Amino acid sequence: MKRFLTAMIFFALLVGVWQWACWRGFWSPVLVPSPARVAEYLWEAALSGDLGRAVLVTLKRLLAGYFIGIFVGLPVGLLIARFRFLRDTIGMLALGLQGLPSVCWVPLALLWFGQTESAMLFVVVMGTVWSVVLAAETGVRNVNPIYVRAARTMGSRWMHIWIRVILPASLPFIVSGMKQGWAFAWRSLMAAEIFVTILTGAGLGYMLHLGRELLAMEQVIGIMFMLVLIGLLADKLMFSPWEKWLHHRWGTDRAT
Amino acid sequence: MTTTAPFAPAPSKLAIDRVSKSFTTSRGSVLALQEASLTVAEGEFVCLLGPSGCGKSTLLNLVAGLELPDTGSVTADGKIVREPGRERMMMFQESALFPWLDVLGNVLFPLKLKSGLSAKERNDTAHYYLKLVGLEKFMDANIHELSGGMKQRVALARALAPNPRVLLMDEPFAALDAMTREQLYGDLQRIWTQRHVTILFVTHNVREAVSLGDRVVLFSPHPGRIREEFRIELPRPRDINSVEVAAHATRITRALKGHLQEGATAE
Ligand SMILES: Nc1ncnc2c1ncn2[C@@H]1O[C@H](COP(=O)(O)OP(=O)(O)O)[C@@H](O)[C@H]1O
Ligand SMILES: [Mg+2]
Repeated sequence: MKRFLTAMIFFALLVGVWQWACWRGFWSPVLVPSPARVAEYLWEAALSGDLGRAVLVTLKRLLAGYFIGIFVGLPVGLLIARFRFLRDTIGMLALGLQGLPSVCWVPLALLWFGQTESAMLFVVVMGTVWSVVLAAETGVRNVNPIYVRAARTMGSRWMHIWIRVILPASLPFIVSGMKQGWAFAWRSLMAAEIFVTILTGAGLGYMLHLGRELLAMEQVIGIMFMLVLIGLLADKLMFSPWEKWLHHRWGTDRAT
Repeated sequence: MTTTAPFAPAPSKLAIDRVSKSFTTSRGSVLALQEASLTVAEGEFVCLLGPSGCGKSTLLNLVAGLELPDTGSVTADGKIVREPGRERMMMFQESALFPWLDVLGNVLFPLKLKSGLSAKERNDTAHYYLKLVGLEKFMDANIHELSGGMKQRVALARALAPNPRVLLMDEPFAALDAMTREQLYGDLQRIWTQRHVTILFVTHNVREAVSLGDRVVLFSPHPGRIREEFRIELPRPRDINSVEVAAHATRITRALKGHLQEGATAE
């Protein structure tokens, strides 16, 4: 609670300084609108329903791509950890592609799928899947072999070992991989939404792009604010509970 | 105490017959165990003693079924050991408890793999064993919250829970401080007398071996071999600091040094 308060005061101060600077006329209001102006834009966009629709469209794309990335990436990562042949082939591929900035998938997606939702999904999945693959693989390869030996003496076999021992034992790696995957998915979706203008729905990235075209800086900054907010909320809702549980169980929070 | 049949002697619980095992490493092949033979009777407490690298863990893993011998055979209850089985449970130097489960979850793990138990029976069994090792109050604790000694108690409860007939212990107390260790010697002897489970206990501590075992089996390294056996006929519970234990320990230490020197001059 105290930390929440500290954060709140910090942000309030930041906005206060910004508003004050605008009053003093440090910058042209066209280039740097005041916080009040940004808030006004957000309020109007929310009332008209444009903002809500954009948020929904973006979240739908993000979650779809992200979960496909996880559902494909996790098993592939486990298989790679298990079979050396796959590690030397698909593992190398994953390592290479993971280093590729996700914007690079956009031209390819446009050529293959045109201005469609599929192009969007493709970019997000490509941005997510490789880091999930690598995290799962690293996680499995870092499992202390003594856990597997202990489980085997207790009568655990193949699938049971994988599901009840190796998977939970590699959870710290997998969760951090999923978090990284989320960050990549988010970045790649924005890249896609800015470059791929499609008729099936305007996401936040498109609105950002539009703000620039219209020279409406309050829209650009307003949308950026929404993006930050969604990022923070996702972290708090999706990953914090897992991380807290991991720290609590594994006892890893005592180091910090 | 035990009644022996007039003709056929009672079948031994474990029979290790001229077992050899080698490992290939980057530096070549290591003969971890050479022609080791040992029989263990039902309910016997046998300590495997020797400096590190003489194949004690290898032998234990072979009995557990975690490894298979190159030559020779390991039989348990007259059946060749080909894979791990719940009737032979193992305890390691590192507790090998699962950090993603709490204490109760760890003890339940082997029980959930055992068929024909209701949820209530599993729970009751887990509670019973946690109580036996004196940790029923720590059921909900996380593993990282336990001391080293408590971890090994939970590991003992987990190993006993599926009711194995053989307990394989690989230096389970080596990482603990002397005081905790002595408590655990007491507990282990009490539990062993109550349940009469067969125990193979690996250690490099001579006094530990003498104060726990009915028999102490001496190993020597390069290659790992069984050299000599000592029967320890002292009443229980034994105190590791007693004169009698010290006397046996002196005798065994002398033998151990002899084998090591012999090995050194032979090389
Ligand atoms: N999995 C393995 N791979 C390679 N070498 C091994 C392996 N297990 C044991 N060894 C080697 O076999 C020898 C005996 O090992 P071990 O049975 O662990 O001895 P101890 O338990 O008596 O210390 C050692 O030289 C060890 O390095
Ligand atoms: Mg060893």
